[in-house]
Amino acid sequence: MINKICESLRAAVADIEDGSVVMIGGFGNSGIPMQLIEALRLHGARELTIISNNAGTAEEGIASLLRDRLVRKMVCSFPRSSGSIWFERLYEEGKIELELVPQGTLAERIRAAGAGLGGVYTPTGYGTRLAEGKETKVINGKGYVLETAMPADVALIKAHRGDAWGNLIYNTAGRNFNPIMATAARITIAEVNAVVEVGELDPEHVVTPGIFVDRVVVQKVQQHDAA
Amino acid sequence: MMRLNRNEMASRVAQDIPDGAYVNLGIGMPTSVANYVSDDKQVIYQSENGILGVGPAPEPDKIDPDLINAGKQYVTLLKGGCYFDNAESFAMMRGGHLDIAVLGAFQVSATGDLANWATNDDKFPPAVGGAMDLAVGAKQLFVLMRHTTKTNEPKILEQCEYPLTGAGVVKRIYTDLAVIDVTDEGLRVRELYGDNTLAEVQALTAATLLPPL
Repeated sequence: MINKICESLRAAVADIEDGSVVMIGGFGNSGIPMQLIEALRLHGARELTIISNNAGTAEEGIASLLRDRLVRKMVCSFPRSSGSIWFERLYEEGKIELELVPQGTLAERIRAAGAGLGGVYTPTGYGTRLAEGKETKVINGKGYVLETAMPADVALIKAHRGDAWGNLIYNTAGRNFNPIMATAARITIAEVNAVVEVGELDPEHVVTPGIFVDRVVVQKVQQHDAA
Repeated sequence: MMRLNRNEMASRVAQDIPDGAYVNLGIGMPTSVANYVSDDKQVIYQSENGILGVGPAPEPDKIDPDLINAGKQYVTLLKGGCYFDNAESFAMMRGGHLDIAVLGAFQVSATGDLANWATNDDKFPPAVGGAMDLAVGAKQLFVLMRHTTKTNEPKILEQCEYPLTGAGVVKRIYTDLAVIDVTDEGLRVRELYGDNTLAEVQALTAATLLPPL
């Protein structure tokens, strides 16, 4: 019997080790696995490398991992949003390493890792500072930069519905990086709004096939939702 | 001299967006271009986080917290719109499927180099987002920016001083003074607003401007 449902958020992240490379889905505050991030923070693994589009705002999500000094390195395209106080503070103090990656290149390096490719040649960034030190190639008269695949130890992703086989669907633009990150990590953990019976998701509409997902954990109902 | 305000600048770009175009609008002033595209045109807006068919802001009681645009503002989805992941979104850009991208800029060079992601001040962490992908991928890249900085320094230069977003990527520049095409011959003024003269605009530009054809 395949049953990927994990009973608690805490159990879902219990084996994440110090020094792990962790992908976290989301774009701004859309489609972020907030409760898995909080579980990871409480779990307390340190020296993490976080791959995510943004670096969190206020005290929430990735910002809370930064505040608790659990992160050694951020890989992202847009770390500086209004309210990214913790990233900016650590950056100014020289307490965090930043690898800045153009957003489409970030997506494609993640996709390449999940698809078993060594990397991709992209025109993005060719002739700019972000291509310095990288192999380039002119193909059919156009310049490209070799960007290598970016795998992770763990992916924390957010979906709308999931089943015991790990099949997932998403909510509107909350999809963003979640489906590609699901493919690129050794262990993929999905936080879902609700679990449905196997067979209930329309096979034509499944976005992430269960083969990419190791654990599914349902969100705890927030106090304000219950009221 | 006649200087357009922000709304007038956005409105001027909107005039040049054709019916049926697939368009990506950058964060800030470019986002407001959508407000001025006339209702008789059907334009499909793409948002880098994975939306095709972005609609206007929702009523306060209809907000979906996941449904945001690249600027992290709440939006809606038009009938016929759809969602997709980031890899597919950027395939649309790099693959040349978008007709027009409108971006802001710090500087643009005489050969259409774009600088809009970093200054030379290393104190602030850099952020690039989707700008480099849009710059190389959109069929036409329009820049919408003030002609000069707040301290009246030219933003159109022979060479950009700031790090490049892309080399030779800008097709047209819309400023508060003029519309300028980047051509093989050089920067060709397409339109001067009001009574603005070529000499006046040239005086605020650090690259040679060619007269309108």
